[in-house]
Amino acid sequence: MRQSKKADALLRYTAALCGGTSLIFIFLILGTTLVYGFPSIVVNGLKFLTSITWNPALSGSLITVHGFKTLSGAHYGGLVFITGTLVSSALAIIIGAPTAIGVAIFLSEFSPKSLSTIISVLVELTAGVPSIIFGYWGLLVLVPFLLYKIEPLLSQNLWFLPFFHGQVYSSGLLASGIILALMIIPIIAAISRDAMRQVPLELREGAKALGLTHWEVVKSIVLPNAKMAIAGSILLGLGRALGETMAVVLVSGSAINTLPHTAYAPINTIAAFMAQSMDSAFTDPSGMYVSALVELALILLLITTATNILARLLVREGFISSSEKVVRV
Amino acid sequence: MSETAEPLWQDDFSDRRKRIQDSLLRRRSIDRVTKVFTVLAVIALLYPLIDMILMFAYKGATLISTTTFTQLTALNSATVTGGLQNAISGTVLLIALSSAISVPLGVMGGIYLAEFSPRGRFSGIIRFVADILAAVPSIVLGYAGLLFLVLYLGWGFSALAGALTLSVFMFPYILRTTELSLKNVPQSYREAAMALGSSKTNMISRVTLRAALPGISTGIILSMSIASGETAQLLYTAGYSGFNPTALLHSPVGYLTYVVYVFSQLSFPTSQNLALVASFLLLVFVISLNVAARLLVRRMAKG
Repeated sequence: MRQSKKADALLRYTAALCGGTSLIFIFLILGTTLVYGFPSIVVNGLKFLTSITWNPALSGSLITVHGFKTLSGAHYGGLVFITGTLVSSALAIIIGAPTAIGVAIFLSEFSPKSLSTIISVLVELTAGVPSIIFGYWGLLVLVPFLLYKIEPLLSQNLWFLPFFHGQVYSSGLLASGIILALMIIPIIAAISRDAMRQVPLELREGAKALGLTHWEVVKSIVLPNAKMAIAGSILLGLGRALGETMAVVLVSGSAINTLPHTAYAPINTIAAFMAQSMDSAFTDPSGMYVSALVELALILLLITTATNILARLLVREGFISSSEKVVRV
Repeated sequence: MSETAEPLWQDDFSDRRKRIQDSLLRRRSIDRVTKVFTVLAVIALLYPLIDMILMFAYKGATLISTTTFTQLTALNSATVTGGLQNAISGTVLLIALSSAISVPLGVMGGIYLAEFSPRGRFSGIIRFVADILAAVPSIVLGYAGLLFLVLYLGWGFSALAGALTLSVFMFPYILRTTELSLKNVPQSYREAAMALGSSKTNMISRVTLRAALPGISTGIILSMSIASGETAQLLYTAGYSGFNPTALLHSPVGYLTYVVYVFSQLSFPTSQNLALVASFLLLVFVISLNVAARLLVRRMAKG
């Protein structure tokens, strides 16, 4: 008996320790990024967030600013990458969220059960396709298609709208937005579908008995009841899009020192720029280039973490409140 | 007054009937239009996916050969030739290592959350932190691995640095799926084991863990599938090598996603061919793992 008590205690502490490694991981991630990013935060200050010029000045001479080594003439502004991240993710949501909600409504409300199962499997499979494969497909198929078929059409016919008039590029904002949209649709669709299915049958039956059409049931019963979870799923998708690296890096156009003025212009995102630049950063003897990249990483971490916490609260709240409704009805 | 009231009432009635019929017609056509729109949304999602799978399947199947598996990638300044043996062996090593680290941690952590302290404060903290960890962008994780493991600890570009970075990514996923699978085991199982005088350790290892095993394995397989498609964590932790892995530390390893990322941007056709074959292999690997996980879930549902 005493033996087994000891074994129980041992298992309990080992298990707690294993679960607790998550704290060590997060501490190490935050700690190293803060330590390595600190010189850039001090030296570059607020202009890191407001300037579009990113010039490591690798031929400059070593100088010391505020106690940290840097190169003379070096200037780090991250606005191009921050803007690119936010704008491409916003475009992904504008394209992806309505499509995903359409898919979810089809799967949960309109489709016959057998078809719904097949499509659900395909949607979940899409979520499992590696992001670099999406990027490569974008480079091989989507970018030429946009360049030769879609963008000339948009540019000629929608010239009166802002952002749609101007030169077309092979890869840029539109391509990035579409690839990101394709990547986040499965996430939004899967969670929204589950939330819609949780809406109690009695509510639907009541509405149908009053003579509402299928769509009216969706509009007035299903969507209002699932709206919190749907909003949460869109935010989860946004969090994924903001941090996505490999899908964007091949189709973004790798812009530097310039903001996009049209929907076709090359952009760059924080994640994509981070993936491309670390090799050249190590040629800077002062270490300021590395530090500036790590500061970008911190900004990205801040944005995605905030988005995700909000998203999880909304999804949880949405699912809790809809299961409470079952009890109340 | 009463003379005009009667015909008015009759008119109103027939008018209302027509209005109801009109509105019903309108409502039904709106219903139809929205249904068409949702079908279009499904097509908009599935068309690119099917195009993607068919394109890589066709190109990959025509380009793949025995040299893909038997030869190393020969990377000169002018050309890229040979096979993908180093990338395949590197991917397998990285996945095996990262699973060896993340599976025990994740499963044990999940056991703590579900069996020892489901409502505890420490469990709440672990869940919250695991959610944050799962949301850390992969490139940020790659940077942390580079700064801490490769540079600070001095491991260099190495299989262990890459695998540990990947396992930080897999860990929260395994943790939460293990907790969920254990929670789905009926409470009566635990009560029965306890009533028979079983210790907690015995109850977990003989009863609940066994009942939750299909769910836990599904989570592990899916996390391996996701990890095998990751690139950004490995770029600056595993490096790249044209040789098969020989050591865990201080020696970079190759992997398939690197081949897709880098060789797809080179201009010679032979490098494109290698990138296409690597994409094909990745897709085959990911899809078969997904199918395996799904079959496991189905078997679990049948009992």
